[in-house]
Amino acid sequence: MRFSGFGILKQGLTGNKGWTAHWRNQKPKEAYDVVIIGGGGHGLATAYYLAKNHGLNNIAVLEKGHLGGGNIGRNTTIVRANYMMPGNSEFYSHSLKLWEGMEQDLNFNTMHSQRGQVALFHSEAQRDTAVRRANAIINQGDDAELLSKGQLRKMLPYLNYDSARFPIYGGIIQKRAGTARHDAVAWGYARGADSRGVDLIQNCEVTGIDIQSGQVKSVQTTQGAIWAKKVAIVVAGRSSLVAGMAGMRLPIESHVLQAFVTEGLKACVDKVISFGMGHFYISQSDKGGLVFGGNLDYYSSYASRGNLPMKEHVMEAAMALMPMIGKAKVLRSWGGIMDMTPDGSPIIDKTDVDGLYLNCGWCYGGFKAVPGSGYSFAHLIATDNHHGPAAGFRLDRFRTGYGLMDEEGTGAQHNLH
Amino acid sequence: MRLLCPNCGERDVREFYYQSTAGALIRPDLDAGEVVWDNYLHNRDNPAGKTEDLWYHEAGCNAWIVVIRNTVSHEVLDAELAADKRRDTEAKK
Amino acid sequence: MRLDKKSLVDPNTPIKFQFDGVSMSGFAGDTLASALLANDVRLVARSFKYHRPRGIMSAGSEEANALVTVGFGSQQEPNIRATQLEIYDGLEVFSQNCWPSLKWDLLALNDLAAPFLTAGFYYKTFMWPKSFWEKIYEPMIRKAAGLGRLSGQANRDRYEKAFAFCDLLVIGGGPTGLIAALQAGRAGLSVILADEDYRFGGSLNAETAHIGDVYADQWVDSIVQELSDLPNVQLMTRTTITGAYDQGTFGALERVSKHLAFPSKELPVECFWRIVAKRSILASGALERFIAFPNNDRPGIMTASAVRTFINRYAVSPGRSVAIFANNDGAQQTVIDLQAAGVQIAAYVDARLDAGISGDFPIYRGAEVCDTSGRLGLEGITVRHAGGEINIAADCLAVSGGWNPTLHLSCHMNGQPYWSRHLLSFLPTQNAIPGMLYAGSVAGHMSTRACLQSGVDKACSIIKDLGKLATALMIPDAENYPYEIQAIWSVSPKGKQRSWLDFQNDVTVKDVMQSVAENYRTVEHMKRYTTQGMAPDQGKNSNVTSLAVLADATGKGIPEAGTTTFRPPFSPVSIAAMGSQGQDKGFAPERFGSTHQAILDRGAPMIEVGLWYRPSYFPRPNEKTWRQSCDREVMMVRENVGVCDVSTLGKIDIKGPDSGHLLDLVYTNKFSSLSVGKVRYGLMLREDGHVMDDGTTARLDQEHFLMTTTTAAASLVMRHLDYLHQCLHPEWDVSFASVTEHWTQFSIAGPKTRDLLNGLLDQSINNEGWPFMTCGQVNILGISGWLFRISFSGELGFELAVPSRYGDNLFRILSARAEELGGCCYGMEALNVLRIEKGFITHAEIDGRVTAFDLGMERMVNQTKDCIGKAASQRPGLNDVDRPQLVGIKPVVSVKQLTAGAHLFTLQDPAERIYDQGHVTSVAYSPTFGCFYGLAFLKNGSERYGEQIRMVDHVRDIEAICEVVPPIGFDPEGRRARA
Repeated sequence: MRFSGFGILKQGLTGNKGWTAHWRNQKPKEAYDVVIIGGGGHGLATAYYLAKNHGLNNIAVLEKGHLGGGNIGRNTTIVRANYMMPGNSEFYSHSLKLWEGMEQDLNFNTMHSQRGQVALFHSEAQRDTAVRRANAIINQGDDAELLSKGQLRKMLPYLNYDSARFPIYGGIIQKRAGTARHDAVAWGYARGADSRGVDLIQNCEVTGIDIQSGQVKSVQTTQGAIWAKKVAIVVAGRSSLVAGMAGMRLPIESHVLQAFVTEGLKACVDKVISFGMGHFYISQSDKGGLVFGGNLDYYSSYASRGNLPMKEHVMEAAMALMPMIGKAKVLRSWGGIMDMTPDGSPIIDKTDVDGLYLNCGWCYGGFKAVPGSGYSFAHLIATDNHHGPAAGFRLDRFRTGYGLMDEEGTGAQHNLH
Repeated sequence: MRLLCPNCGERDVREFYYQSTAGALIRPDLDAGEVVWDNYLHNRDNPAGKTEDLWYHEAGCNAWIVVIRNTVSHEVLDAELAADKRRDTEAKK
Repeated sequence: MRLDKKSLVDPNTPIKFQFDGVSMSGFAGDTLASALLANDVRLVARSFKYHRPRGIMSAGSEEANALVTVGFGSQQEPNIRATQLEIYDGLEVFSQNCWPSLKWDLLALNDLAAPFLTAGFYYKTFMWPKSFWEKIYEPMIRKAAGLGRLSGQANRDRYEKAFAFCDLLVIGGGPTGLIAALQAGRAGLSVILADEDYRFGGSLNAETAHIGDVYADQWVDSIVQELSDLPNVQLMTRTTITGAYDQGTFGALERVSKHLAFPSKELPVECFWRIVAKRSILASGALERFIAFPNNDRPGIMTASAVRTFINRYAVSPGRSVAIFANNDGAQQTVIDLQAAGVQIAAYVDARLDAGISGDFPIYRGAEVCDTSGRLGLEGITVRHAGGEINIAADCLAVSGGWNPTLHLSCHMNGQPYWSRHLLSFLPTQNAIPGMLYAGSVAGHMSTRACLQSGVDKACSIIKDLGKLATALMIPDAENYPYEIQAIWSVSPKGKQRSWLDFQNDVTVKDVMQSVAENYRTVEHMKRYTTQGMAPDQGKNSNVTSLAVLADATGKGIPEAGTTTFRPPFSPVSIAAMGSQGQDKGFAPERFGSTHQAILDRGAPMIEVGLWYRPSYFPRPNEKTWRQSCDREVMMVRENVGVCDVSTLGKIDIKGPDSGHLLDLVYTNKFSSLSVGKVRYGLMLREDGHVMDDGTTARLDQEHFLMTTTTAAASLVMRHLDYLHQCLHPEWDVSFASVTEHWTQFSIAGPKTRDLLNGLLDQSINNEGWPFMTCGQVNILGISGWLFRISFSGELGFELAVPSRYGDNLFRILSARAEELGGCCYGMEALNVLRIEKGFITHAEIDGRVTAFDLGMERMVNQTKDCIGKAASQRPGLNDVDRPQLVGIKPVVSVKQLTAGAHLFTLQDPAERIYDQGHVTSVAYSPTFGCFYGLAFLKNGSERYGEQIRMVDHVRDIEAICEVVPPIGFDPEGRRARA
């Protein structure tokens, strides 16, 4: 069913009885050309682009729980293309372009909103680093502007300019950055993939990957064995465990990242704002809740929940940066499991097993990557060639030292990125 | 979350610094080769369940400790001084 | 309507307050909700989406409708639950989410458009034309969205945080919690009893019943009295346990002074507690739930227990003619209490055919309320019964759809509750929170007697578990009725009728049905698609009912449909409380050097360097800009002498026979061979082969070294040394300590350095006795200190370290002497210029991504020994000639400026990523060279000296053609430092 203004009107007038399923409930077939393990944002987007760009339709997406139930269901919804390192730069640039056409492409309003993101800096040294990044963004063809403290005062009058522990020196704004309705992205891709014949199979946990003579043959699932010519692993948060079924040991450590939302408030924070000293970022959803987050809890975890020290630190950063939100009340906090890599950048690559492909390691930057990741991963799976914008996301870069993308400069300690 | 420091007893996690797996205690030789070093530096077992990781009681006694912990339940099962663990490992060689 | 009856409010203490500018009065002990009802105010709020008129639907923190804004200016606080807000004299309250007024709300038009605003409508529309989403539709949605409004002003109120520790935390101070706390308190456990209400008693506060031979409130008072007399028991009212975390840690929010008209300035508004408890008892009770019948959201419709609470606790009747709609026995007490209070009962409607009730009011068994009327408040209900439908006038409807145990905390560590077919509710799963037991109605005990018994049982079990003796308390006589319930979740609508589930978010049964039709059938999909349970009450009032509706629509049972996860906090927590230490300077510690005051006395502006404050420059009267001061300071150092406090650099004192081994492992170059009295520059790598830090280390004695680190990496290096020693080489006999703050260290640099020092020291300094890179103990003005002949400026220089208590005095003396010699104090700006001219690196260059190779220091990696990072530094990718390498850049013609952060391109290539040749890390105007000078990383840079390169800074709109030069721009042979 294609959505249109007329359709809404017609349904409204006839008691909303004509709405139909956005995707079918499928049971797995015996065999597929491509089996995608993981029905999160990246897996669904991969399926969508495999069908749309490469004409494949014998595809299954296997999801352990419900579609979009992973990190796309719990993040701070920020979309941006402000990376500095070659490899990341071109990838996120491509992904942002896909965001800009997403709603028309999917016929689904993912509420992508380019409200602009301001990244603040708090010393001259930070300013120079921010400028280096901003120039890299412009070199890539994306937008960035330097804002003085005076300009910021006008744009974001409620920040603490006068009595902060770390004074605000200025900021970089990317006007094309913004937010989106995270769940809707998963649903939009699911609906798009389904309408192109992809089988979306929920409650289907993969329990084994069968490999013969270096070639992937099938996957074992809680709904039986499924033969597959190609198998793609896209299971952020569980990557090590699923790759382990294929005998791989990944450069990934799982960490919990918390995020927070307040009760609904009348519009007060228009931009996405990042605090350079506190690892704190905030935006306001269209519904009125302030959505914000901070850093990892700093210990390896699969628990999908965090502890008080980081919660308190994030709130302290909020008070340090914008003390006008003190009387806003946190309604809900949650924790997602992040695939942390040694350089903080992701992996989209083939593996040593023929027909087995890997997409993981998005750390906590995976949401904005969804369209680009799906697009590039689909390209790799369909053609066996790396897609240009994602060609830097090689698995062997850690071994060789070529093409490391350590945006933070913190080195090979997974949790520091 | 609270961790067990062998020197100080149970302490709030905010006193500690976390640094990945206790596998770091078994450092390869300089000439062990690219693959071994890659495995040591970058690759992880990353288990969903019992794990041994390294913590530093930075806001406490400055001891590096090996904590046996469950990554799913966050249960802390045991802890020992990293120095003791390393000595034991060396002694077994 | 206020009743003339016994209650817990104090009719002798009237209190004046205002609601939407209208003056009203209540009594001490009233909440805003009870006071409004006493003043016959029923319309209190508007709903989120349809702006439906809403009243008070509960009497507790779970309230979903009656959210209000309190206060003015920076103290304005939105989204306060009227049912929790204690009134005080002068309180001013405002309704929210309505315009122009609560009664006449323009956006109530949304309700008429409701057929077009059903579940998920956003996702299907607002897409045409494309540009309208951000220009028209989204701004419109954002303008309408939200509930209350923040003031926009910075918080000025005081908030606090605190820690507490106990053997047993009892969560909830109702009958169960009280008796459990008493049991544990008498056994000698350290107990914290916390309740979100301002008065202990829980459900008993709303009852007229007896416990033992006294009224319930008297029983409560007597227990509270005994508990407060026990030194090992801490009572915390107005304290909500907000979250359960690992190893018995709980978050708690105490509302300290929000109920006071004139709080003392010392009192915080709220205090956020971190409570660590060996054991806990969850005695949080249960919440009564609604039934989803058509138009069930009108002001005047509330839970039956809320009606009872208002009558008994506050002596307020929420209506003059009250109807009851129930499916269980619990609501009968409401009938009894209404009758006792003399309130007319319009009708009793029970879904059960065999409901055992009698009275002189209309009773409808096997019946349901199928509609209501009244635009701004309930006027009547329609009852569907065996004989047909009947309209009954009523201005209040008490609803009981059963009880939901308040088990939220038990889910905070991912525990899933289980379904009780007997109680038709979820119950908490055992061991979901380590150390936590459940007692009372949260555990499914529905009578007071059973609750008391379970409180005693659980407390005794914990007492024994903690190794103490317990003698179980006698359980007093108390209400012990059986509890019968029959499932009724929703009442079938007719035509366009809507039945509300989530009042706050305006989610109706139809929305759930539609989400199922569109295949958002799992509970998580339904929740997210309809926004069910995502409002401020977090679904406390509606989740179970909506699950039942979902289960019904999908043909599953409720247990199979599953639940969504309850996440912390239990009820919303203000950011100011949890982040109370972060505002202003509190966000991070401030570190002040021993010379801080002396520097301020010289008028130097201070800047943040990590946690430290350091002087930027030392202005002189004739100087208008920082550049003038900086240039003068640089030239004075180059020509005469300058003094700079460099104490913030990390200093680590290393002692023991294996000190040399440790240093050989941590540095790329060798230190075990360093002679006593010598200093060496060292480079440290991370184990991944990239540069971690650099600095000098001096050998003070055979087994005694002093290491310096950069300011930024001081604690990191300390941790690293501990790591190397404890984790890799515990067999080494070496120990070390950070002495950064023990020594104040001055850099004295410039050709006249020796002139400055000679006369202060107990010995005369000359180049033969104190050649470059030597060190030794000296006596300065009678104080023992250390002198190091090292230089970060390229000039003849020494660093002089004295115990920090002498720092202030010595700085003043050194500065004065420098000035006598035509020199000065210099700050960070000049220090930076001096080091850039010399090509010395800082963390602007060693940014975590560079290698020794990139810095041209690959020869410093000693080939005869291992060191941390050596193996990884040999990876081919870290030694590729195409890597950016450190160079100097000089403008070829006069330019406005060079800028750090600019990128480099060849003269012919466009400034695009694929042509990127590198970037500029540090720049300075060099008064020495009379032009700008910069350090940069340039691809294959060491092979490109003499080449012209284009520097492009897009964001600052600066371009410059530069010549690539070796990084050491000044005195490359190092003659001056050795002079």
